[in-house]
Amino acid sequence: MPVRVIPRLDIKGPNLVKGVHMEGLRVLGKPEQFARYYYESGADELLYMDVVASLYGRNSLLDLIERTAREVFIPLTVGGGIRSVDHIRRVLRAGADKVAINTEAVRRPEFISEAARVFGSSTIVVSIEAIQQPDGRYLAYTDCGREWTGLDAVAWAVQAAELGAGELLVSSVDRDGTGKGFDVELTRQIAQRVSVPVIASGGAGQLEHVREVVERGSADAVGLASLLHYDFVRSAATHGAASAPTAQEGNLEFVRRQTAWSAIHSRPLAEVKRWLWNSGVDCRLN
Amino acid sequence: MNGHTLPRVAIVDYQAGNLYSVEHACRRAGMEPWVTSDPGSLANAAGVILPGVGAFGDAMRVLRESGLAEALIEFSHSGRPLIGICLGMQLLLSESHEFGRHRGLDLIEGEVRRLQNSETNRTARVPHVGWSRIYPATCANRFVNWSSTPLNGIEPGHSMYFVHSYVVCPVQHECVLAESVHGDTVFCSALRRENIWAFQFHPEKSGPRGIQLYQNIAGLFHADTSMPLAGESRDGSPRRELRHAA
Repeated sequence: MPVRVIPRLDIKGPNLVKGVHMEGLRVLGKPEQFARYYYESGADELLYMDVVASLYGRNSLLDLIERTAREVFIPLTVGGGIRSVDHIRRVLRAGADKVAINTEAVRRPEFISEAARVFGSSTIVVSIEAIQQPDGRYLAYTDCGREWTGLDAVAWAVQAAELGAGELLVSSVDRDGTGKGFDVELTRQIAQRVSVPVIASGGAGQLEHVREVVERGSADAVGLASLLHYDFVRSAATHGAASAPTAQEGNLEFVRRQTAWSAIHSRPLAEVKRWLWNSGVDCRLN
Repeated sequence: MNGHTLPRVAIVDYQAGNLYSVEHACRRAGMEPWVTSDPGSLANAAGVILPGVGAFGDAMRVLRESGLAEALIEFSHSGRPLIGICLGMQLLLSESHEFGRHRGLDLIEGEVRRLQNSETNRTARVPHVGWSRIYPATCANRFVNWSSTPLNGIEPGHSMYFVHSYVVCPVQHECVLAESVHGDTVFCSALRRENIWAFQFHPEKSGPRGIQLYQNIAGLFHADTSMPLAGESRDGSPRRELRHAA
């Protein structure tokens, strides 16, 4: 299977945000502008995460999902605050194709089976946010890495797949936003033990990181945020594209100054895919 | 074509997700879709799309209890296009083995079977989620010609987006329009029997080429639907040329 390249859009209220270790979120612009741009540049899927939904006990992306589905004809996965079969139904009806579940799956693992039975396994993505412990083990967290669950992330991944998850979104909280590269070991440990696809997320700062997590981590797909977002923000600002995120919408000075972000060598999506292809990684170019 | 009237296309709603994107793909392709769960309304449609993601058993139960199953079978005899997508394709078959044994709409003879996890190819996992290439099927040692089908203009080997764990196995191989490969398994990714067309992939999720496929479907609806398709030639080729995608 070709590796899927999936822009990950973390969303807070009306804005696309990006943080480090899933905290200190900065506003980058309007998610629909990013979504349209990534669709046009050949994204294989999109991932919307409502990063404050679990905190407030709701997912407020329905309007955004509807607007996106009008013009973006690739799969859309939506996560954040998904707590019931009814809620999944609403999100799918708005135009999403899959949902990513974390908190509620941890609280009530049988929810995975319920949801898979009603919507089919392939609609249900279980999202695992992992933090490596001093002893080297990975533990699963919820609420953007804030809430400790005590679950071993690898064992939890195996259980989630057995309960009916169709895919696993494996995010490294340690690496998120740092540009230090994916947690290849975390991805590899999980991918080796489950038969469902694994989406690696968190840490991509350069092209080589993407190849690394596919070849050594056995990832089936990669979630990319900073690596793509900062390039779009910068190029849009430079070229004054009509769809450019505007400064008043976000605190973009930090992106332009680039100082704090030297670890992230942001690239256009099309260039990422061409580079992967030329490096021997099967991905979709047409 | 009836002047500039857009073809009215019914999208069957049976509580199985994904309708919004199908609806918007139809609009983008120049159709006038409406989402309906009313069996009586199908009779007024220029064409019917049966979409769907989810479990076969649940879907058939809802279709039966709502009367939609009967209405779909009735519609299939009208000669007007009936389009199945993903689960909607599988429901057209005689029966499925997903979580038990379930009878389908039985419009295409055959069954729905689970994709096998590959022994040799670790990345060929089930469910099959992602972009895979579609190729013309072979029938009697010849490649099926896509030019008078909704696949017109799509290059053999183009990637489309799949999300499924089960595949259709029609008894009559002449039904198979396109095939794809997952691991060690070659499976039917598009089929056709008379006025029934079906796709295992999601054209509404397959980017610009998927939208082209919808435009080709719109071409089927633009054809004069008051004329039954009963006069098709023996070799199964349609009488009318498709309107090419704009």
